[in-house]
Amino acid sequence: MAVEVPENVVVSRLDALANWCRKNSLWPMPFATACCGIELMATGASRHDMARFGAEVFRFSPRQCDLMIVAGRVVMKMLPVLQRIWQQMPEPKWCISMGACASTGGVFDTYAVVQGIDRFLPVDMYVPGCPPRPEQLIQSIIDLQDIIQQRGTIQGSIVARPGQLPAPRALMELPVLNQPQTRIGS
Amino acid sequence: MPSNIESVISDLKSQFAAESSEFRGQTRVVVAADSLIPAMSRLRDEHGFDMLVDITCVDYLNYRDAVHRFGLVYLLADTQSGRRITVRVMVDEPDPKVASVVPLWKGADWLEREVWDMFGIRFEGHPDLRRILLPEDFAAHPLRKDYPLQGRGERHNFPVLTRDEGGS
Repeated sequence: MAVEVPENVVVSRLDALANWCRKNSLWPMPFATACCGIELMATGASRHDMARFGAEVFRFSPRQCDLMIVAGRVVMKMLPVLQRIWQQMPEPKWCISMGACASTGGVFDTYAVVQGIDRFLPVDMYVPGCPPRPEQLIQSIIDLQDIIQQRGTIQGSIVARPGQLPAPRALMELPVLNQPQTRIGS
Repeated sequence: MPSNIESVISDLKSQFAAESSEFRGQTRVVVAADSLIPAMSRLRDEHGFDMLVDITCVDYLNYRDAVHRFGLVYLLADTQSGRRITVRVMVDEPDPKVASVVPLWKGADWLEREVWDMFGIRFEGHPDLRRILLPEDFAAHPLRKDYPLQGRGERHNFPVLTRDEGGS
Protein backbone atom coordinates (compact mmCIF):
# COMPACT_ATOMS: atom_id res chain seq x y z
CA MET A 1 0.00 0.00 0.00
CA ALA A 2 1.53 3.21 -1.07
CA VAL A 3 1.25 6.15 1.31
CA GLU A 4 0.93 9.55 -0.22
CA VAL A 5 3.67 11.80 1.19
CA PRO A 6 2.65 15.41 1.06
CA GLU A 7 4.90 18.03 -0.39
CA ASN A 8 7.59 19.41 1.97
CA VAL A 9 7.47 16.31 4.17
CA VAL A 10 10.60 14.21 4.61
CA VAL A 11 10.54 10.73 6.07
CA SER A 12 13.47 9.55 8.13
CA ARG A 13 14.37 7.32 11.00
CA LEU A 14 14.13 8.88 14.43
CA ASP A 15 17.67 7.77 15.25
CA ALA A 16 18.98 9.47 12.14
CA LEU A 17 17.12 12.68 12.92
CA ALA A 18 18.45 12.78 16.49
CA ASN A 19 21.95 12.01 15.31
CA TRP A 20 21.75 14.74 12.69
CA CYS A 21 20.70 17.27 15.31
CA ARG A 22 23.32 16.17 17.78
CA LYS A 23 26.28 15.99 15.46
CA ASN A 24 25.77 19.51 14.20
CA SER A 25 25.36 20.97 17.63
CA LEU A 26 28.25 19.73 19.71
CA TRP A 27 28.91 21.71 22.85
CA PRO A 28 32.54 21.22 23.80
CA MET A 29 33.82 21.19 27.34
CA PRO A 30 37.38 22.51 27.07
CA PHE A 31 39.53 20.57 29.51
CA ALA A 32 42.65 22.44 28.50
CA THR A 33 45.67 21.90 30.72
CA ALA A 34 48.65 22.68 28.49
CA CYS A 35 49.79 23.97 25.12
CA CYS A 36 47.12 21.93 23.30
CA GLY A 37 44.67 24.28 24.99
CA ILE A 38 46.17 27.16 23.02
CA GLU A 39 45.51 25.32 19.77
CA LEU A 40 42.03 24.53 21.03
CA MET A 41 41.42 28.24 21.59
CA ALA A 42 42.78 28.98 18.13
CA THR A 43 40.39 26.40 16.70
CA GLY A 44 37.49 28.12 18.37
CA ALA A 45 38.60 31.59 17.31
CA SER A 46 37.71 33.40 14.14
CA ARG A 47 40.46 32.21 11.80
CA HIS A 48 39.73 28.49 12.04
CA ASP A 49 36.20 28.97 13.29
CA MET A 50 34.74 25.79 14.77
CA ALA A 51 31.33 27.39 14.29
CA ARG A 52 31.45 26.15 10.69
CA PHE A 53 30.97 22.66 12.15
CA GLY A 54 28.45 23.57 14.80
CA ALA A 55 30.82 23.12 17.72
CA GLU A 56 31.62 26.66 18.72
CA VAL A 57 29.69 26.93 21.98
CA PHE A 58 32.37 26.21 24.57
CA ARG A 59 30.90 25.81 28.01
CA PHE A 60 32.89 25.64 31.20
CA SER A 61 30.08 23.93 33.03
CA PRO A 62 30.14 20.20 32.28
CA ARG A 63 26.38 19.98 32.75
CA GLN A 64 25.89 22.03 29.59
CA CYS A 65 28.30 20.05 27.42
CA ASP A 66 28.28 16.88 25.40
CA LEU A 67 31.82 16.80 24.00
CA MET A 68 34.82 16.79 26.31
CA ILE A 69 38.06 17.84 24.61
CA VAL A 70 40.97 16.86 26.84
CA ALA A 71 43.77 19.09 25.61
CA GLY A 72 47.04 18.58 27.40
CA ARG A 73 48.70 16.31 29.90
CA VAL A 74 46.67 15.09 32.86
CA VAL A 75 48.49 14.56 36.13
CA MET A 76 47.35 11.98 38.63
CA LYS A 77 46.13 14.66 41.01
CA MET A 78 43.92 16.03 38.24
CA LEU A 79 42.50 12.72 37.03
CA PRO A 80 39.79 12.40 39.73
CA VAL A 81 38.66 15.89 38.72
CA LEU A 82 38.59 14.87 35.07
CA GLN A 83 36.56 11.77 35.87
CA ARG A 84 34.12 13.78 37.94
CA ILE A 85 33.64 16.28 35.14
CA TRP A 86 33.02 13.42 32.72
CA GLN A 87 30.41 11.96 35.04
CA GLN A 88 28.72 15.33 35.40
CA MET A 89 28.21 15.65 31.66
CA PRO A 90 24.75 14.53 30.54
CA GLU A 91 24.29 11.72 28.04
CA PRO A 92 24.87 11.43 25.18
CA LYS A 93 28.47 12.53 25.42
CA TRP A 94 31.71 12.05 23.58
CA CYS A 95 35.37 12.55 24.33
CA ILE A 96 38.24 13.73 22.17
CA SER A 97 41.75 13.08 23.44
CA MET A 98 43.73 15.92 21.91
CA GLY A 99 47.48 15.63 21.49
CA ALA A 100 50.20 13.20 22.45
CA CYS A 101 50.06 13.86 26.19
CA ALA A 102 46.36 13.28 26.68
CA SER A 103 46.50 10.18 24.49
CA THR A 104 49.68 8.53 25.76
CA GLY A 105 51.36 10.74 28.34
CA GLY A 106 53.68 12.04 25.65
CA VAL A 107 57.19 12.87 26.79
CA PHE A 108 56.05 13.05 30.40
CA ASP A 109 56.69 9.46 31.45
CA THR A 110 57.04 10.36 35.12
CA TYR A 111 55.42 9.26 38.34
CA ALA A 112 52.92 12.11 38.25
CA VAL A 113 51.51 12.02 34.70
CA VAL A 114 48.72 9.70 33.59
CA GLN A 115 49.88 7.70 30.58
CA GLY A 116 46.83 8.23 28.43
CA ILE A 117 43.38 9.21 29.66
CA ASP A 118 41.85 6.24 27.84
CA ARG A 119 43.09 4.05 30.67
CA PHE A 120 40.43 5.62 32.88
CA LEU A 121 37.87 7.21 30.55
CA PRO A 122 36.10 6.21 27.35
CA VAL A 123 37.68 8.08 24.45
CA ASP A 124 36.04 8.32 21.03
CA MET A 125 38.68 10.13 19.04
CA TYR A 126 42.42 10.58 19.34
CA VAL A 127 44.19 13.52 17.76
CA PRO A 128 47.93 13.03 17.24
CA GLY A 129 50.31 15.94 17.38
CA CYS A 130 52.34 17.94 19.83
CA PRO A 131 50.29 20.04 19.78
CA PRO A 132 47.92 19.23 16.89
CA ARG A 133 47.17 22.02 14.47
CA PRO A 134 43.62 23.37 14.48
CA GLU A 135 43.00 21.62 11.16
CA GLN A 136 43.65 18.29 12.83
CA LEU A 137 41.23 19.06 15.62
CA ILE A 138 38.60 20.10 13.10
CA GLN A 139 39.20 16.85 11.23
CA SER A 140 38.63 14.92 14.44
CA ILE A 141 35.36 16.74 14.99
CA ILE A 142 34.28 15.91 11.44
CA ASP A 143 35.15 12.27 12.02
CA LEU A 144 33.29 12.32 15.32
CA GLN A 145 30.28 13.76 13.55
CA ASP A 146 30.37 10.81 11.18
CA ILE A 147 30.55 8.39 14.10
CA ILE A 148 27.58 10.07 15.75
CA GLN A 149 25.56 9.98 12.53
CA GLN A 150 26.35 6.34 11.86
CA ARG A 151 26.28 4.83 15.30
CA GLY A 152 24.19 7.00 17.60
CA THR A 153 20.70 6.14 18.80
CA ILE A 154 17.82 8.21 20.06
CA GLN A 155 18.52 6.92 23.59
CA GLY A 156 21.94 8.44 23.34
CA SER A 157 24.05 5.35 23.52
CA ILE A 158 26.65 4.64 20.91
CA VAL A 159 26.08 1.30 19.23
CA ALA A 160 29.15 -0.30 17.77
CA ARG A 161 28.34 -1.30 14.24
CA PRO A 162 31.67 -2.09 12.69
CA GLY A 163 31.77 -2.01 8.95
CA GLN A 164 29.09 0.62 8.62
CA LEU A 165 31.37 3.59 8.95
CA PRO A 166 32.02 5.37 5.70
CA ALA A 167 35.50 6.30 4.63
CA PRO A 168 36.62 9.39 6.52
CA ARG A 169 35.76 12.60 4.82
CA ALA A 170 38.66 14.86 4.05
CA LEU A 171 38.77 18.37 5.32
CA MET A 172 39.27 19.65 1.80
CA GLU A 173 35.79 18.60 0.76
CA LEU A 174 34.30 21.06 3.19
CA PRO A 175 34.21 24.82 2.93
CA VAL A 176 37.64 26.10 3.85
CA LEU A 177 38.67 29.53 4.88
CA ASN A 178 39.62 32.01 2.25
CA GLN A 179 43.32 31.93 3.00
CA PRO A 180 45.25 35.04 2.07
CA GLN A 181 47.68 34.33 -0.72
CA THR A 182 50.38 36.67 0.52
CA ARG A 183 51.75 37.03 3.97
CA ILE A 184 52.32 40.35 5.61
CA GLY A 185 55.94 41.33 5.27
CA SER A 186 56.90 38.77 2.64
CA MET B 1 74.10 48.74 59.28
CA PRO B 2 74.96 46.12 56.70
CA SER B 3 78.32 44.51 57.25
CA ASN B 4 80.40 43.35 54.32
CA ILE B 5 80.23 39.73 53.32
CA GLU B 6 83.68 38.84 54.63
CA SER B 7 82.79 39.95 58.13
CA VAL B 8 79.54 37.96 57.90
CA ILE B 9 81.49 34.82 57.03
CA SER B 10 84.11 35.33 59.73
CA ASP B 11 81.36 35.95 62.26
CA LEU B 12 79.57 32.72 61.26
CA LYS B 13 82.86 30.83 61.37
CA SER B 14 83.69 32.05 64.86
CA GLN B 15 80.16 31.62 66.22
CA PHE B 16 79.00 28.38 64.62
CA ALA B 17 82.11 26.73 63.14
CA ALA B 18 80.67 27.23 59.67
CA GLU B 19 82.52 26.28 56.51
CA SER B 20 82.42 28.71 53.64
CA SER B 21 83.23 28.64 49.98
CA GLU B 22 82.74 30.88 47.00
CA PHE B 23 81.76 30.03 43.47
CA ARG B 24 81.42 32.66 40.75
CA GLY B 25 80.74 35.39 43.25
CA GLN B 26 78.19 33.39 45.23
CA THR B 27 78.94 32.95 48.89
CA ARG B 28 78.00 29.66 50.46
CA VAL B 29 78.27 28.59 54.07
CA VAL B 30 77.61 25.18 55.59
CA VAL B 31 76.41 25.10 59.17
CA ALA B 32 75.61 22.20 61.46
CA ALA B 33 71.97 21.20 61.77
CA ASP B 34 71.70 22.06 65.46
CA SER B 35 73.07 25.58 64.95
CA LEU B 36 70.74 26.40 62.05
CA ILE B 37 68.29 28.54 64.00
CA PRO B 38 70.94 30.62 65.84
CA ALA B 39 72.85 31.10 62.60
CA MET B 40 69.76 32.13 60.65
CA SER B 41 68.62 34.46 63.44
CA ARG B 42 72.02 36.08 63.46
CA LEU B 43 72.04 36.47 59.69
CA ARG B 44 68.60 38.04 59.77
CA ASP B 45 68.94 40.29 62.82
CA GLU B 46 72.63 41.22 62.90
CA HIS B 47 73.66 41.10 59.26
CA GLY B 48 70.53 42.31 57.51
CA PHE B 49 69.58 39.25 55.46
CA ASP B 50 65.91 39.95 55.89
CA MET B 51 64.45 37.93 53.01
CA LEU B 52 64.20 34.17 52.67
CA VAL B 53 64.24 33.60 48.93
CA ASP B 54 63.89 29.84 48.79
CA ILE B 55 64.38 26.58 50.61
CA THR B 56 65.28 23.57 48.55
CA CYS B 57 67.09 20.30 48.95
CA VAL B 58 69.63 18.11 47.18
CA ASP B 59 69.77 14.34 47.49
CA TYR B 60 73.44 13.25 47.40
CA LEU B 61 72.70 9.54 47.12
CA ASN B 62 75.40 7.89 44.96
CA TYR B 63 77.04 11.29 44.58
CA ARG B 64 80.79 11.27 44.21
CA ASP B 65 82.64 12.01 47.48
CA ALA B 66 79.38 12.75 49.28
CA VAL B 67 79.42 12.26 53.03
CA HIS B 68 75.85 13.17 53.87
CA ARG B 69 72.60 12.09 52.23
CA PHE B 70 70.66 15.37 51.98
CA GLY B 71 71.76 18.96 51.68
CA LEU B 72 69.16 21.55 52.58
CA VAL B 73 69.73 24.86 50.82
CA TYR B 74 68.50 28.16 52.20
CA LEU B 75 68.84 31.18 49.94
CA LEU B 76 68.86 34.50 51.77
CA ALA B 77 68.90 38.03 50.44
CA ASP B 78 69.41 41.47 51.87
CA THR B 79 66.75 43.70 50.39
CA GLN B 80 68.63 46.86 51.35
CA SER B 81 72.00 46.17 49.73
CA GLY B 82 71.14 43.30 47.38
CA ARG B 83 73.67 40.91 48.93
CA ARG B 84 72.87 37.23 48.84
CA ILE B 85 74.10 34.25 50.79
CA THR B 86 73.47 30.52 50.55
CA VAL B 87 73.22 28.55 53.76
CA ARG B 88 73.47 24.79 53.57
CA VAL B 89 72.61 22.21 56.20
CA MET B 90 73.45 18.53 55.89
CA VAL B 91 71.00 15.96 57.24
CA ASP B 92 71.12 12.18 57.14
CA GLU B 93 68.96 9.11 57.22
CA PRO B 94 67.28 7.64 59.15
CA ASP B 95 64.70 10.25 60.07
CA PRO B 96 66.13 13.32 58.34
CA LYS B 97 64.94 16.35 60.27
CA VAL B 98 65.88 19.93 60.92
CA ALA B 99 64.41 22.83 62.86
CA SER B 100 61.80 24.89 61.07
CA VAL B 101 62.56 28.50 60.21
CA VAL B 102 58.88 29.49 60.12
CA PRO B 103 59.33 31.44 63.40
CA LEU B 104 61.93 33.56 61.62
CA TRP B 105 60.31 33.88 58.19
CA LYS B 106 56.59 33.30 57.78
CA GLY B 107 57.17 32.56 54.12
CA ALA B 108 59.09 29.41 54.96
CA ASP B 109 55.77 27.66 55.61
CA TRP B 110 55.02 26.46 52.09
CA LEU B 111 58.68 26.12 51.14
CA GLU B 112 59.25 23.64 53.96
CA ARG B 113 56.05 21.83 53.07
CA GLU B 114 57.34 21.39 49.54
CA VAL B 115 60.68 19.99 50.77
CA TRP B 116 58.76 17.63 53.06
CA ASP B 117 56.55 16.58 50.17
CA MET B 118 59.37 15.90 47.73
CA PHE B 119 62.22 14.75 50.00
CA GLY B 120 60.57 13.66 53.24
CA ILE B 121 62.62 15.88 55.52
CA ARG B 122 60.75 16.75 58.69
CA PHE B 123 60.83 20.33 59.89
CA GLU B 124 60.43 20.31 63.64
CA GLY B 125 58.27 23.12 64.92
CA HIS B 126 56.51 23.64 61.58
CA PRO B 127 52.90 24.66 62.26
CA ASP B 128 51.27 22.51 59.57
CA LEU B 129 53.61 20.03 57.92
CA ARG B 130 51.38 18.47 55.24
CA ARG B 131 51.99 17.58 51.62
CA ILE B 132 51.52 20.64 49.41
CA LEU B 133 51.73 19.38 45.81
CA LEU B 134 51.12 15.63 45.75
CA PRO B 135 47.85 13.98 46.78
CA GLU B 136 47.53 13.46 50.51
CA ASP B 137 47.52 9.67 50.25
CA PHE B 138 50.74 9.58 48.24
CA ALA B 139 53.11 7.23 49.99
CA ALA B 140 56.60 8.25 48.83
CA HIS B 141 58.83 11.29 48.44
CA PRO B 142 59.47 11.31 44.71
CA LEU B 143 62.47 13.63 44.37
CA ARG B 144 64.64 11.24 46.35
CA LYS B 145 67.17 9.58 44.09
CA ASP B 146 66.09 6.09 45.12
CA TYR B 147 62.53 6.71 43.91
CA PRO B 148 61.94 5.38 40.38
CA LEU B 149 61.26 8.04 37.75
CA GLN B 150 58.08 6.32 36.56
CA GLY B 151 56.77 5.87 40.07
CA ARG B 152 55.59 2.80 41.88
CA GLY B 153 52.25 2.44 40.10
CA GLU B 154 50.60 5.45 41.74
CA ARG B 155 49.41 6.81 38.41
CA HIS B 156 47.57 3.58 37.56
CA ASN B 157 45.46 3.20 40.69
CA PHE B 158 42.29 4.99 39.65
CA PRO B 159 38.83 3.58 38.99
CA VAL B 160 38.15 3.05 35.28
CA LEU B 161 35.04 4.72 33.89
CA THR B 162 33.29 2.99 31.01
CA ARG B 163 30.42 3.80 28.71
CA ASP B 164 28.14 1.59 30.78
CA GLU B 165 28.47 3.83 33.80
CA GLY B 166 25.24 5.73 34.33
CA GLY B 167 23.14 3.13 32.58
CA SER B 168 23.13 4.59 29.09
